[in-house]
Amino acid sequence: MTTYLNGVSLPPSKRVSIFGGTHGNEMTGVTLVRQWIKNGAEVQRAGVLVTPFIANPKAVERRVRYIDQDLNRAFTPEILSLVERKDLPCEVKQAQEINRLFGPKGSKDAYDVIFDLHNTTSNMGCTFILENSGDDFILQMVNYIKCTLGQSSCHVLLNEHPELKYETTRSVAKHAVGLEVGPQPQGVIRSDILKSTRQILKYALDFIQLFNKGEEFAACDLEVYVLDASVDYPRDQHGDISAMIHPHLQDRDWQPLCPGDAIFLTFDGKTIYYEGEGTVYPTFINEAAYYEKHRAFVTTRKKVLPAKGVKIRTV
Amino acid sequence: MNQEGNAFNPPHQSLPPFSRVIVSGGTHGNELAGLYLAKQWLQGKARGLERQTFSAKAVLSNPRASEVCRRYVDVDLNRCFTTECLNSPDADDMPYEIHRAKELNVLLGPKGSEQAVDFICDLHNTTSNMGVSILVYQDCHCFSLHMFKYIQSHVKSAPVYCAIFNTPKDRAYSLDAVAKYGIALEVGPQPQGVLRADILSHMAEALKLVLDFIDLYNQGTEFPSCEVEAYVKDKDFDFPRDPVTGELTATIHPERQDQDFQVMNPGDPLFQTFDGKTVNYSGSQPTYPFFINEAAYYEKKVAFSSSNKVSIRIPALRLQASAGGANRIS
Ligand SMILES: [Zn+2]
Ligand SMILES: [Zn+2]
Repeated sequence: MTTYLNGVSLPPSKRVSIFGGTHGNEMTGVTLVRQWIKNGAEVQRAGVLVTPFIANPKAVERRVRYIDQDLNRAFTPEILSLVERKDLPCEVKQAQEINRLFGPKGSKDAYDVIFDLHNTTSNMGCTFILENSGDDFILQMVNYIKCTLGQSSCHVLLNEHPELKYETTRSVAKHAVGLEVGPQPQGVIRSDILKSTRQILKYALDFIQLFNKGEEFAACDLEVYVLDASVDYPRDQHGDISAMIHPHLQDRDWQPLCPGDAIFLTFDGKTIYYEGEGTVYPTFINEAAYYEKHRAFVTTRKKVLPAKGVKIRTV
Repeated sequence: MNQEGNAFNPPHQSLPPFSRVIVSGGTHGNELAGLYLAKQWLQGKARGLERQTFSAKAVLSNPRASEVCRRYVDVDLNRCFTTECLNSPDADDMPYEIHRAKELNVLLGPKGSEQAVDFICDLHNTTSNMGVSILVYQDCHCFSLHMFKYIQSHVKSAPVYCAIFNTPKDRAYSLDAVAKYGIALEVGPQPQGVLRADILSHMAEALKLVLDFIDLYNQGTEFPSCEVEAYVKDKDFDFPRDPVTGELTATIHPERQDQDFQVMNPGDPLFQTFDGKTVNYSGSQPTYPFFINEAAYYEKKVAFSSSNKVSIRIPALRLQASAGGANRIS
């Protein structure tokens, strides 16, 4: 990376992969990637190698999130460096395979960009999940999409939280982009969700092509939601859930939540109110896969993030 | 039930009182509304099963699947209650759900016998936009249709539908078929593995009305002859698939998604292929699809079920006179 007056110049993004089926029951990515493996015309761009890839084929086959453990938490240095053995958990083997094919993670040989397609049962619309506020290239990509499709076309969830950040499948690439689209039940393919995922991805790939061709993207400001805290369900002495998301909170992802607002409704009809500090923006509200992670929703704080200008580095 | 038949000619139908009533949840372990209601009752944390004339009992039908939040462990429990399956010889390597079906048959049946419980209300959730649906799997009796009418006239927060499957008793495969009479209460839309307060409240409201209705009946209330609108299941339709690989090539069209129990005419958009083409409904008659895009039915190769909308005249219903207490109310 080198800097110029209002930005940074970066090498071209020549190798891009689109992952579906990191979670085997999130059907939009599975469906689109399968489709593009058969016929990739829609995602090919001149001068870019775009590789659609099913990230967890065994989980996809069984239509479950994972076989042994969550693949999207398995890209730690420890797991990636485990010595190969027959009895390693399915997702450990798969993480190592992905690291061989698209990494090694953190090396100069790694893929430039991985888009990882996910679905949520939460009413999150199209959400980019980013893990690095200093990745100007990706911030510019999102800005380009928002400028083309409208500011409300997508949200950005920034996860740099010291405890809540996890080592994702896409983190193998130099630029990691998670795309979370909902609401869609696990195991279901909804055409509206397919359509919006496709549209976002089209403009993301267009951006890469424009960038590679030499288009300069000026410094900009981007509204992001910074991951703040994880909130669990109220539980009884056995650890069983004793309340559910309050109807006033259900489906209200990204809407302001203030102290004193209803968040849970106990099974015997009592309302539990939010007691945090200041206004937060909840998301991942009532996500099916997070019951086992003891997470009813997460809170975020809104922030405007400056992104430096980017242009291609000419050697 | 015989739609055009003579069964409805008598001025009224009578049955003995219903004293043994079962409410079951967790028949599918990832349908959380019924599962949580059943758990609450079994742990004594919730009331509402007692009525003047009976006390309903709660059953957690598939505890192992519920534990791991999956539809089933080995096979779909709610397909195991055919007479043939229940009478199959025991084996050590029997799938868990067949073992459990036999166990439930001992507890609640035996199916088709005099000892069987009077009524089972089996609680389910669907990812389809089916509101509160009363599913009548076994031979349909006007008792179930009167119950549906009663629920429909009282629930205001969600649409209430009745779907009739008309499966002969011995071939009826669902848990409620173990009882003398029964229904499945299917409430949606709710994703698998998710508990929504609105869906739970619709289910609890409908279930309360099920029990109220039985109580009124037991107390001698006469339900006069009336017309009910119901959907008689016709066929299952699969998704379009690649003829070679068997993989799906399309999903439900956006104009059909969430339109359960709404008329579909010949030529209406039905599927949308993954390369964007519309596949129209090619049947020759209008139909009323339901279970549209239900997550659990992909593996059963069912994109939706079609049905015929019918209006049924049902006879009056009142408690069997010999049981005493039956009195006409005006
Ligand atoms: Zn996911
Ligand atoms: Zn079910």
